[in-house]
Amino acid sequence: MGKTLTRMDLCDAVHREVGLSRNESAELVESVLDLVSDSLVAGETVKISSFGTFSVREKAARVGRNPKTGEEVPIHPRRVLSFRPSHLMRDRIAAGNRA
Amino acid sequence: MIRSELIQRISEENPHLTQRDVERIVNTIFEEIIEAMCSGNRVELRGFGAFSVKKRDARIGRNPRTGEAVQVEEKHVPFFKAGKLLRDRLNGG
Repeated sequence: MGKTLTRMDLCDAVHREVGLSRNESAELVESVLDLVSDSLVAGETVKISSFGTFSVREKAARVGRNPKTGEEVPIHPRRVLSFRPSHLMRDRIAAGNRA
Repeated sequence: MIRSELIQRISEENPHLTQRDVERIVNTIFEEIIEAMCSGNRVELRGFGAFSVKKRDARIGRNPRTGEAVQVEEKHVPFFKAGKLLRDRLNGG
């Protein structure tokens, strides 16, 4: 199935729907992604209604293992990003991909 | 940050655009991502992350209250994986 959409497709959509130049559309797509990223890096949760919620979770340190060599390696505490899709998104995607 | 705050901040950065235009821009971006996934497509935004659709096989589930077995149909769920740049930035990179 499917193709892969990129920034270019989002820019085209903004250009088409809002009528801004392609250049300006590209800048605005970038601004949106940057603002979401910056918020998350600052430790904020980003909640986009009817889309979903991006949040940052703290992971504790643990001992991992190199699966190839079996060697133990320490995994440092880190922050990971999680995305929880809204119910609306889940429902639409389930419906859209139903066989 | 919520959707309206995102719109507000974009408006502040772009005083030449109306609030209404900014709303349409933000809504178009998120709507386009959902529509792509509705068609089974993937959306790859380098540095930020990728949205994709994962298939969950049909299975026999169980009603946790009654213990009764129920057939759960195959379904597709949205999935997001953060990009390397964003993952690194979250960890001070």
